[in-house]
Amino acid sequence: MSDTRDETPDYGDWEPVIGLEVHAQLLTESKLFCGCSASFGAAPNAHTCPVCMGFPGVLPVLNERALEFAIRTGIATGCTIPTRARWARKNYFYPDLPKGYQISMFDEPLAIGGGIDVETPAGTKRVRLTRIHMEEDAGKNIHDTDDAHSLVDLNRAGVPLMEIVSEPDIASAAEAADYLRTLRSLLQYLEVCDGNLEQGSFRCDANVSVRKKGDPKLGTRTEIKNINSFRNVERAIDSEIRRQIDLIESGGTVRQETRGWDADRGRTLAMRSKEDAHDYRYFPEPDLLPLEVPRERIEAIRGELPELPAARRDRFVEQYGIPDYDAGVLTARRDLADYYEAAVRTHPNPKALSNWVMGDVLRTVRERGLDEALVIRDWPVSAESLGRLVARIDDGTISGKIAKTVLEEMLASGAEPDDVIERKGLRQVTDAGAITGAVEEVLAANPDKVAEYRGGKDKLLGFFVGQIMKATGGKANPQAVNQILRARLGEPGTSSGG
Amino acid sequence: MPVSLEDVDHIARLARLGLTDEERTALRGELESILGYVEQLAKLDTGGVEPTASMRDDSTPTRPDRTSNDDDAEKLVERAPDRQGTYLRVPKIIEASE
Amino acid sequence: MSSSAPSTIDAASRALAAGELSATDLASAMLDRIAAVEPTVHALLTVTADRALADAREADRRRGAGESGPLLGIPIVLKDLFATDGIRTTCGSRILEHYVPPYDADAVTRLARAGAVLVGKANMDEFAMGSSNENSAFGPSRNPWDPGRVPGGSSGGSAAAVAAGECLGALGTDTGGSIRLPASYCGVTGLKPTYGRVSRYGVTAYASSLDQVGPFAHTVRDVSVLLGAIAGHDPRDSTSAPQPVPDYVAALTGDVRGLRFGIPAEYFADGIATAVEKSVREAIETLRGLGATVVDVSLPHTSYGIAAYYLIATAEASSNLARYDGVKYGHRAKRGADELLEMYRHTRDEGFGAEVKRRILLGTYALSAGYYDAYYRKAQKVRTLVRNDFRRAFETCDLILTPTSPGTAFRIGEKVADPLAMYLSDVFTVPTNLAGLPGLSVPCGFDEAGLPIGLQLLAPPFEEADLLRAGDAYQRATDFHERRPAEIGAASGGRSEASEQQSA
Ligand SMILES: [Mg+2]
Ligand SMILES: [Zn+2]
Repeated sequence: MSDTRDETPDYGDWEPVIGLEVHAQLLTESKLFCGCSASFGAAPNAHTCPVCMGFPGVLPVLNERALEFAIRTGIATGCTIPTRARWARKNYFYPDLPKGYQISMFDEPLAIGGGIDVETPAGTKRVRLTRIHMEEDAGKNIHDTDDAHSLVDLNRAGVPLMEIVSEPDIASAAEAADYLRTLRSLLQYLEVCDGNLEQGSFRCDANVSVRKKGDPKLGTRTEIKNINSFRNVERAIDSEIRRQIDLIESGGTVRQETRGWDADRGRTLAMRSKEDAHDYRYFPEPDLLPLEVPRERIEAIRGELPELPAARRDRFVEQYGIPDYDAGVLTARRDLADYYEAAVRTHPNPKALSNWVMGDVLRTVRERGLDEALVIRDWPVSAESLGRLVARIDDGTISGKIAKTVLEEMLASGAEPDDVIERKGLRQVTDAGAITGAVEEVLAANPDKVAEYRGGKDKLLGFFVGQIMKATGGKANPQAVNQILRARLGEPGTSSGG
Repeated sequence: MPVSLEDVDHIARLARLGLTDEERTALRGELESILGYVEQLAKLDTGGVEPTASMRDDSTPTRPDRTSNDDDAEKLVERAPDRQGTYLRVPKIIEASE
Repeated sequence: MSSSAPSTIDAASRALAAGELSATDLASAMLDRIAAVEPTVHALLTVTADRALADAREADRRRGAGESGPLLGIPIVLKDLFATDGIRTTCGSRILEHYVPPYDADAVTRLARAGAVLVGKANMDEFAMGSSNENSAFGPSRNPWDPGRVPGGSSGGSAAAVAAGECLGALGTDTGGSIRLPASYCGVTGLKPTYGRVSRYGVTAYASSLDQVGPFAHTVRDVSVLLGAIAGHDPRDSTSAPQPVPDYVAALTGDVRGLRFGIPAEYFADGIATAVEKSVREAIETLRGLGATVVDVSLPHTSYGIAAYYLIATAEASSNLARYDGVKYGHRAKRGADELLEMYRHTRDEGFGAEVKRRILLGTYALSAGYYDAYYRKAQKVRTLVRNDFRRAFETCDLILTPTSPGTAFRIGEKVADPLAMYLSDVFTVPTNLAGLPGLSVPCGFDEAGLPIGLQLLAPPFEEADLLRAGDAYQRATDFHERRPAEIGAASGGRSEASEQQSA
């Protein structure tokens, strides 16, 4: 996650109104209505069966865990879970939709209301949710193979999705990105979605309209589809806002339509022609019964909710005494926060560990090009090892500077800090005799500098420390060096000692 | 309930049904007569009546989240009218316009 | 078939158990009979000769190994919409003419486990849409009682096959009467079980909230055996009922004393043939003579059934048939190969027959923007009213007794030009499907032309045992179910399109 972003754009006296629809893939093993694997990366159509390929006579049976995950999300976002939800068919023809309809929900969704608190530079913003419903994913069409054909891979067809629909409460492209980051973090906390935008397990469509500031009436909206990164969310929405403003200001009118984001050209393009206006002919899915989740089950799921990001952030400030900013960065992802807490359990120096995690850990993650969402999974140094490393600084075994060298070695070899310190002989020198020897050597080699120092140029102390550290390979305890050096040189401006 | 040829064309398009001119004309009349017949339902007072969408009153059953797939891409695809490797192949989909 | 070959499951089962007959002999006799009558009856779309002989040998082996069971070695046919692994399953449609399923329907698996022998896949109205079998893409089946007449539909091939002695039992499906109407027209016994009683897994859907699998045979006893084999919960069908399956054969006590039969006035209204009314009224007297009581009941929304049914069924069908798009299996048009939309339109134009197109369009219309509330939703509300009618009626009676159909088998071609008149053949059967109830049709007489008449018995949900007990008691007191059509010659009837092949 990047903390930098473009300046909040200025749209003059226009006010954008944005609502987001997120399709989040639920982290199940199997598909929503059949036993095919929901995982990525198989040969085309290897993850298919008669059910998800829509063969004559097949019927859907609901995946227990997918339902559990969707309810968990509904509860965590403060939604009401109605006593009854109903599956519905959304009918349209497309080669990636094997049955000619998608099993979804329509007028009786799984969860309604609720909202998400988004931290923005301007403070906390509440984005209300309209609804959350479950549905099956479509397959994938591949268009660029030859001029005459498209290819169809149904491995994704039937993969469980949760559609999270926000109210049009979002007022800028940047805010949309903040909302998505917050939502993604929440879903990762709930362990219901891995939030991987590139693989398409967290997808966003944006409904965008503009109106004159103060105008109570909403403008005509367009829907932007297929935005596959946070950066593109901001760019696409910003570009669409500007397109609509330009259009209206030049006397045109916005058409209600679906537009795709062309990242290369940096603009949105109309996707479907008007004559193919959709009429999805929703009706209750007769192959499934209604969904009636008993109250006790909902309460049980509520009781098992993990601590959520906002609560955890507050607790970090309270319990570990770290700044709110640090707590925000550390709790933005559940795995990162878990990592931090495990490190603190090993070595209770929360502030130092916060600096290490936010600094060296995240920096290395970025340098290695790891997916920020999956940082800790692919990070070779365990939280316990990091805790032990910082413990060695605090007990004086190594200096903070040497610790960075140790960490690099740990990353390279996966070794424990103590092993690295011993093997490389990095243990800090605190023995006064050894340090005094090095001090004497340096002073003897620089008689003129000694004279200058004694003549009042006290800034030279740093020079001597540096030379001594160099002579000891960085291993001398800086405090001991200071103490012995000062004692040997005496106060600047005096000529005592010798 | 009058049904126009445009109505027939519209729903035939939604249903992806190609129709000949004779079929269009015949279906227009037939639909009009069938819709005229079902019009009798309008006279029935259904105020306060819940629609019956499902024959059984239980909540829909669930299955455990386990995979049962043999990863055999050939097995089903061999029935496809056209394919490329284990992909299904269809005439070009023309998507974007403007 | 030799005159000594048994014509009921019960008789055959006893002969097989006694070692008087082998399953292989019985299968061969059936295949001979099929060869003799198919050119006239055209009840089958695929004769599964190799499969039948293999199944029969396996049944004989199992029996030799000490197994027994009422269906072990019994020849049956399946309506050609039950998925049969490796055997083509056309659903009576061009669009699936060469389609070979990769799996077995649940009912097929259960019958195989019971040792039944598959001799063929039965002709049907395309995608089960029709009341006469004339909507089969492969030519209609003919009524064994009069080859100039329809066998009824949509499971007409299944009923005709039983009536013509091509098998001892058959499976069909009933969405608005598609088992009971052909049973009535062909003079055999047919049962539509409670919605959810038999799994729909592997049964090509016409209208999912109405479709139900059920058996045909000559007698209620045989139908009870078949139901016992195919009923039961299936975790692959979310609408399948978890209720335990009783021993239906054990329920056939022959005793109907004290059983209350409700007679709805609405089913004896104008339009009912005189002979039909007369036979059904005689049946009432027969049952009364057996100690049953008879009460008047009212089903006031009966006349709205057809309208509600055609909206609900076609709406669901328009969606269920969207999968036939030339992409994954089945027919794809050569025309339109350069553009997807054209490929869809030509494929579905070439693949579907007139009635299927008509219903897809009607259903699409009923669901389309602006019409949903007035048509589909309204029909679902009427469905509630029809259901409530039955609930109320069953407060004062145990079973309801009606004619199965207002008339007897009509001539081929007679109603083709008037879809609405055809739809009205189902006026007495459709309400049962709207309410999800079980319904049984048993032969109860013949009209002046010698055509069979059917008596319909209806029960509350999951009370099949009562229904079968009453039907069986009636058959113990009558012999209509024992009559057979005159010998079917090869002289009459049109060109048969039955393909004597078995794929894969
Ligand atoms: Mg959706
Ligand atoms: Zn599958």
